[in-house]
Amino acid sequence: MRYIEPHGHMVSRTTDDYRAMVTAGCAAVCEPAFWAGYDRSSVDGFRDYFRQLTRFEPARAAKYGLPHYSWICLNPKEAEDLVLARDVVAIIPEFLSEPNVLGIGEIGLNRNTRNEVTAFEWHVELAIRHSQLILVHTPHLEDKLKGTRLILDLLCAHREIDPARVIIDHVEEHTIRQVLDRGFWAGITLYPESKSSPPRAVDMLELCGRDRIWLNSACDWGVSDPLAVPKTALEMRRRGYTDDFVDAVLFRNPRQFLSQCPKFQLPGHDAT
Amino acid sequence: MVSKTPPTSKARRLRQRAPMPPTAIVDQGFVAARAMLLDVAAFLDRVERYGAKSDFRCEAMRSAAKFLSDGKPERARRILERLSDPTRAPLAVAPRGAACGAWKKGRK
Repeated sequence: MRYIEPHGHMVSRTTDDYRAMVTAGCAAVCEPAFWAGYDRSSVDGFRDYFRQLTRFEPARAAKYGLPHYSWICLNPKEAEDLVLARDVVAIIPEFLSEPNVLGIGEIGLNRNTRNEVTAFEWHVELAIRHSQLILVHTPHLEDKLKGTRLILDLLCAHREIDPARVIIDHVEEHTIRQVLDRGFWAGITLYPESKSSPPRAVDMLELCGRDRIWLNSACDWGVSDPLAVPKTALEMRRRGYTDDFVDAVLFRNPRQFLSQCPKFQLPGHDAT
Repeated sequence: MVSKTPPTSKARRLRQRAPMPPTAIVDQGFVAARAMLLDVAAFLDRVERYGAKSDFRCEAMRSAAKFLSDGKPERARRILERLSDPTRAPLAVAPRGAACGAWKKGRK
C-alpha cells in the first residue's frame, strides 16, 4: 500500500513516527504551519519556525527516505494581534521560493472574529499575488459550520481564486457538501476524539463520492495518530473496497491536488 | 468559473466495492457503537448525579440525541448542525477559551 500524508505537523512528532509512517507505506508528508501551543511573541519567532519547516524538518524526514513538503502562513489561532500578523505576513514571501514549499497554509479562522477575517484576507491576497496553492483550516467544534461558510464566501469573492487550487480542510458531515459544491477540494481529518473517525470518513466518501477529497491525520502535539490515514484503509477494506479505490483516495487524490505545484515530486512513483 | 464534479455515481461505487450482505456492516460496527451509546448514557447519568444536568452543553447533547431515533437519515450531519453556531457575522471579540463543542447564544 502507498499513501500520502498531506497534513502532518511533524515538528511535534518523534523520529519513531517517521519510521512507522514509512513502514506503513507513506510516500510523502506535507506540513502546514500551525500554532505551537503558545503564542509566539515576535516576528523572529515565526522566522525561526519557517526555517524549521523549510530546512531542518525536510532533512530529518530525508533520513527515512521520506519527501517532506511545507506550507507557510501565520495560523489563525495567532491572528488576533494584527500588528504582529501584518509583520509575519510580510516575511512569508522570503520562504515561498524554498524547494519544499507548496503554498500558503494552513490559513483560515479559529473563533470567527473580525481580526481573523482580516488576517485571512491578507493571506489570500498574498497567495493570489504569488500564484500559490492554498490550504485552509476550518474552525473547531461549534465554530466549524459558521467558519466554513465565512471562508467560502470570502474565497468566492475573489475572482482570481481557482477553487481547484484550494483545499478546505477538517470538513465534517455538515460542511463537506458546501465545500465540494463550490468547486473546492475537501480534506477529512482523522482524529481520535474530534473531527472525523475512519468509519465516518468512509461514510462521507460513500455519500459524496471520492473525487476532490483527501484524508489526513493532522498529527501534532495533541491527541492524534500519525498512522490514522493507513488505518482508514483497513476500514475501506473491511467494507469490501478494492485496492484501486484505496489507492485513489489515499495516494492519487492528494497527488493530483499537490502536483499543481511543480515542486511536488514523488521519485519512484509512476504517474498512474 | 467553478467546475463541479458530480458525486461518484452509485454504479461506479458498486464497481469499487465487493458485494457484502447488509448484516455484515452491522457485524462490523455494532459492538463498538453499542459501547459508544452506553458511554453517552453513562455520561448523562454522571453529570446529573454531579448536579450539572442544566449545563448548556449537556442540554445540547440531550437535544441532539433526539435525532438518533427519529427515523430520518443523515443523523451525524443534523447533530453537528444542532451543536453549531448558527449566526453569520464575524465576532468583534474572540470568546474566552477554546471552542467547547456546543453553542449558546450570548455566551462570552
